[in-house]
Amino acid sequence: MAAGVSTDIRGGMNRPPRATRWARTIDGRALTVLALALLVITSFGSLFIGVSDVTPLDVLRLDNSDHQTRVFIESRVPRLMAILLSGSAMSVSGLIMQTLVRNRFVAPSTAGTVSSASLGLVVASIWFGSASIFLKMSIAVLFAMVGTLVFLALVQRMKHADIIVVPLIGIMFGGVVQATATFFAFKYDLLQSLNAWINGDFSGTLRGRYELLYLVGALTAVTYLFANRFTLVGMGREFAINLGVHFERVLYGGLCLVSLVSAVVVVVVGSIPFLGLVVPNLVTMAMGDNLRRVLPATAISGAFFVLVCDILSRTIRYPYEVPVGSIVGVGGGLVFIILVLRSRSVGN
Amino acid sequence: MIEIDRVTKRYGTTTVVDDVSLTIPPGGVTALVGANGAGKSTLLSIIGRTLRPEAGTVRVDGLDVAKTPGATLARRLSILRQENQVAVRITVRELVEFGRFPYSGGRLTREDLDHVDRAIEYLQLEQFANRPLDRLSGGQRQRAFIAMVLCQDTDYMLLDEPLNNLDMRHAAQTMTLIRQMAKDLQKTIVVVIHDINFAAFHADRIVAMKDGRIVADGSPQSIITPGTLKDVFEIDVPVHEVAGRPLAVYFA
Repeated sequence: MAAGVSTDIRGGMNRPPRATRWARTIDGRALTVLALALLVITSFGSLFIGVSDVTPLDVLRLDNSDHQTRVFIESRVPRLMAILLSGSAMSVSGLIMQTLVRNRFVAPSTAGTVSSASLGLVVASIWFGSASIFLKMSIAVLFAMVGTLVFLALVQRMKHADIIVVPLIGIMFGGVVQATATFFAFKYDLLQSLNAWINGDFSGTLRGRYELLYLVGALTAVTYLFANRFTLVGMGREFAINLGVHFERVLYGGLCLVSLVSAVVVVVVGSIPFLGLVVPNLVTMAMGDNLRRVLPATAISGAFFVLVCDILSRTIRYPYEVPVGSIVGVGGGLVFIILVLRSRSVGN
Repeated sequence: MIEIDRVTKRYGTTTVVDDVSLTIPPGGVTALVGANGAGKSTLLSIIGRTLRPEAGTVRVDGLDVAKTPGATLARRLSILRQENQVAVRITVRELVEFGRFPYSGGRLTREDLDHVDRAIEYLQLEQFANRPLDRLSGGQRQRAFIAMVLCQDTDYMLLDEPLNNLDMRHAAQTMTLIRQMAKDLQKTIVVVIHDINFAAFHADRIVAMKDGRIVADGSPQSIITPGTLKDVFEIDVPVHEVAGRPLAVYFA
């Protein structure tokens, strides 16, 4: 077992040849277009799944007083948008984070970012209970950033960090933060709110309560402009500096961006486990690590993954809903275990 | 011209580079040699501005490397370290394209693509161009990284132990290539080498370091002598002349 363990904190060292199939086969662009088409079709379908029976015909009547039309505008469309925006944002965040930290198993949920954001929300609710959602969110963002930087400082202190140990440290650190949040939530009777932030769920997404996610969508789009810089930083400090990239600025700027996006998603939707971990890993396994190339595919796949999980969560116990976080958790958890086992067993 | 002026670098209480001054005029291959821990790689990193010295300045064509914007410097000076990431799954071509980043920030122009093609051709990597780095042999990968810095098209190239982990054939090929780049493309190349015989056969100038200081500086003929080698490495090394060059026989 130990023979396959790399002293590098990055995860890709020991990959089977299978993982690099991407280089000689399909054109990445064609694949991306195909995925996008699939996403559009599934999105359209998802608009007409739910307890209230809404058909495309009802919507076309465009009658605002109509119950079906109102369900469509007030609930179905917001829900779909929230899914697409948060799914793509969290996947791209995970991709950027694993690139910057140079470890495939580091994502906002395994680096203490998400836990720190929820601690921030608890703190904000205790001391600024009456404040606007925007102020609370700002506090959550601040906590997420600090938490992420603490994690980074911990990792940088480790001399020869094993690929699995790094996310383990992050998960433990996140556990401590989460426990602190739970303690205060318990003390100040905020457990219910905390639960909503921990367990991502789209059933409460209504018009007027998800629009902050457009900010996240815009930020996700902006990351594309910095894709090359992120990749270069992921190649190593000296590599990046040699090419004139301001290493520290890109590293910390990128992590702050990821923290910001994660915190907003936690505020609006709640945390979606494994999303930022599984989707980027699967996409880069198929398409390589050049962010410029894989970023759009990651965004599309993330949105698609959450959408499918959400459809499952709505239909599996129809007419009741299972929180989408549980569905993602089961599916994502399994994929995560497979990924870890693969990275460990290769090289023997 | 690279001007190193009284550069000192310490780690804690250990002085790794001790008040070093050195001038490297344009053109040719300069080899930095010395025992482990002599400060060669540290000095190279300081020239390449990936390490900050405690004291002293380094100027490249008059530009202070500590103060000049990174992107400006990246068009004049490139540094290639040994511990290059192979874990990143990108193709040879993608890697070489990164060499154009200082010029176009990733949006490759026609001219950039020409540079990329030429670098791949110069390093004879055409057949591997679309192969991921992690599926190359050590020698091929080393060539891919050299192609990247070549594509960066800088007058000065700093190479830190480019022969590490290469077998005899690939080490000889790489060293020949380095000399060829200096000659054909008028590059100024500073290379850290462990094997002094590679320096003896391929370098125009050898700078020997010991305990953070420069202890010898001159042509291969003047440096590769039993006396100087004793000073630098603290072992007795007989030197023979082979093919008009000094050959140190340090195996006994």
